[in-house]
Amino acid sequence: MLPSLPRTAGIGFKPAHYTDLVGSPGAVTWLEVHAENYMVDGGPQLAMLDDLADRFPISLHGVGLSIGGPGPLDAVHLGRLRRLVDRINPASFSEHLAWSSHSGAYYNDLLPLPYTEMTLNAVCGHIDEVQDRLGQRMLLENPSSYLRFAESTLDETEFLAEVVARTGCGLLLDVNNVFISAVNLGFTPQDYIGTFPLSEIGEIHLGGHEADQDEDGATLLIDTHGAPVADPVWALFENVVARTGPLPTLIEWDNEVPDFATLEAEAARATNILTRQAAA
Amino acid sequence: MSVFRDFAAALRAPDARRPQGALNPGGKPSVARYDVYRNNVATSLIEALATGFPVVRQLVGEEFFSAMAREFVLLHPPKDPVIVLWGAGFPDWLETFAPIKAVPYVPGIARLEYLRRQAFHAADVEPLEPAMLAGVAPDALAAQRLLPHPSARWMADPMPILSIWQRHQEDADDIDPPAGEILVGRPKMTVAQMAAPEGTCATLDALAGGAPLGRALPPDADHPAIFATLFAAGALLPPDHV
Amino acid sequence: MTIHSKNLMIAGALAAGLATHYATPVSAEGAKEKCYGVALAGQNDCAAGPGTTCAGTSKVDYQGNSFKLVPAGTCTEIELPGDRMGSLEPLERDLPKG
Repeated sequence: MLPSLPRTAGIGFKPAHYTDLVGSPGAVTWLEVHAENYMVDGGPQLAMLDDLADRFPISLHGVGLSIGGPGPLDAVHLGRLRRLVDRINPASFSEHLAWSSHSGAYYNDLLPLPYTEMTLNAVCGHIDEVQDRLGQRMLLENPSSYLRFAESTLDETEFLAEVVARTGCGLLLDVNNVFISAVNLGFTPQDYIGTFPLSEIGEIHLGGHEADQDEDGATLLIDTHGAPVADPVWALFENVVARTGPLPTLIEWDNEVPDFATLEAEAARATNILTRQAAA
Repeated sequence: MSVFRDFAAALRAPDARRPQGALNPGGKPSVARYDVYRNNVATSLIEALATGFPVVRQLVGEEFFSAMAREFVLLHPPKDPVIVLWGAGFPDWLETFAPIKAVPYVPGIARLEYLRRQAFHAADVEPLEPAMLAGVAPDALAAQRLLPHPSARWMADPMPILSIWQRHQEDADDIDPPAGEILVGRPKMTVAQMAAPEGTCATLDALAGGAPLGRALPPDADHPAIFATLFAAGALLPPDHV
Repeated sequence: MTIHSKNLMIAGALAAGLATHYATPVSAEGAKEKCYGVALAGQNDCAAGPGTTCAGTSKVDYQGNSFKLVPAGTCTEIELPGDRMGSLEPLERDLPKG
């Protein structure tokens, strides 16, 4: 049986915060790390992860499996992932509804896919393969979208619900991504949450975004993880946990990374909301 | 599927037509929206190179580095999601990049930076300690085979690469190692690099190829100096790894 | 050279090399904390290298089609050491390939 993440706040780990985390983690009760950063043979970075895994529950978050792509998964990469899972025994493994590799090139970005029967079959096949290989349930994260595809025939929440039904995987709800996609694609976040399979959520992500514009002057929110969580995202988060009860909640801050106190304050804000919902 | 093929094709070709199926909420094809992804790809990979080759970046300046890195990214994108080890081909590519010819030590600096990165992430194995050779009879030493430690990396360059690299460190040493051979290792948890006596690279090449000590050490080289350097860098594995 | 003299030579070189090795201990542990990866992002002396990303960027990469830039970093001021001060010519030596 897999250990699970606590239904409290965690942060995305940055080496600069190691000393603070070991000394006085405050509201930070668990850590998320990107799997690919630790797919090395040894050395200080991997040693630090071993050390952290002794101190905190770890959420292992993959960015490179290309689950949303049409091609087969990279067997070498899956093998490396399995070795890492065996090494640190994470409380959770999650990946993205996105693709990043095509024809032998890796693009280092979470690229979007059209939602069709064909892509649904491919994604479900990939998730079956990951869950078989790791021997555990994985969580699939909803993307932040900047465009929609002419080819799509399914809504994103329909697509995700069908993936859950066919594979038994769980979901990682990125509330910031919901808000970004809603603004960028012109739907209301509440409608999205209303059709999202809330009972299958194993983890929540909260992060910051920045505003840009498209060629017609329409607002385009960019998922930068480089700013505090925006107020409407906090409100949407509160709305979600009012329905689900407390869930493991991650503060993601990957660009312009602030000092630990700033991140801890964001984690404390999430904790307050989670505690309030637990009491309600 | 053609959707993925078309989407991927325009990511690396600045002048390529954007996919027609990439739409705004009103159903109109949007270049700006597609270009968010294209920009993410280029920027994140350029930044990955900048993080991996900080001294090269300082040497040529931010603007030149980004432009140079973009050329490399378009020609040689990563093949693999383990970005932490991406960039092995960058030093060789720099040798071919004409605009850098005026600064002939840049490829060597890039090579040293990448070797240090490989050493940093190499397997944790106890290096050969001198006492471990106590059990080897002196008359068996020439036939003894020893393999390089997984963190050991070596290079030779006609430019004073170590000196130039050191001058870009905050706690720069006063010593100025000359041009020549360089040995990189990570015997414990810290990467070390040092000027190596002539013949060190040849010795390690030969040992890595399975040659015994008697054949690996070049006859005219300063053997005590080579041994001292190999031990200082933790560059050899104990005999039981052979 | 006979096998015997070769062995003697290597034994002697090892002994001499070890004497030097012990005379100049390498301080590996002292710098451990520094290179445990702590607080080193962006510094030259941490060889950890780049990491992954799952975020987008608001920085715009202006893609030009022709390369007209010239290097403009520290290479414009660096002076090479010793008798090679200021010289950018490579040494005329046949060096083995690493």
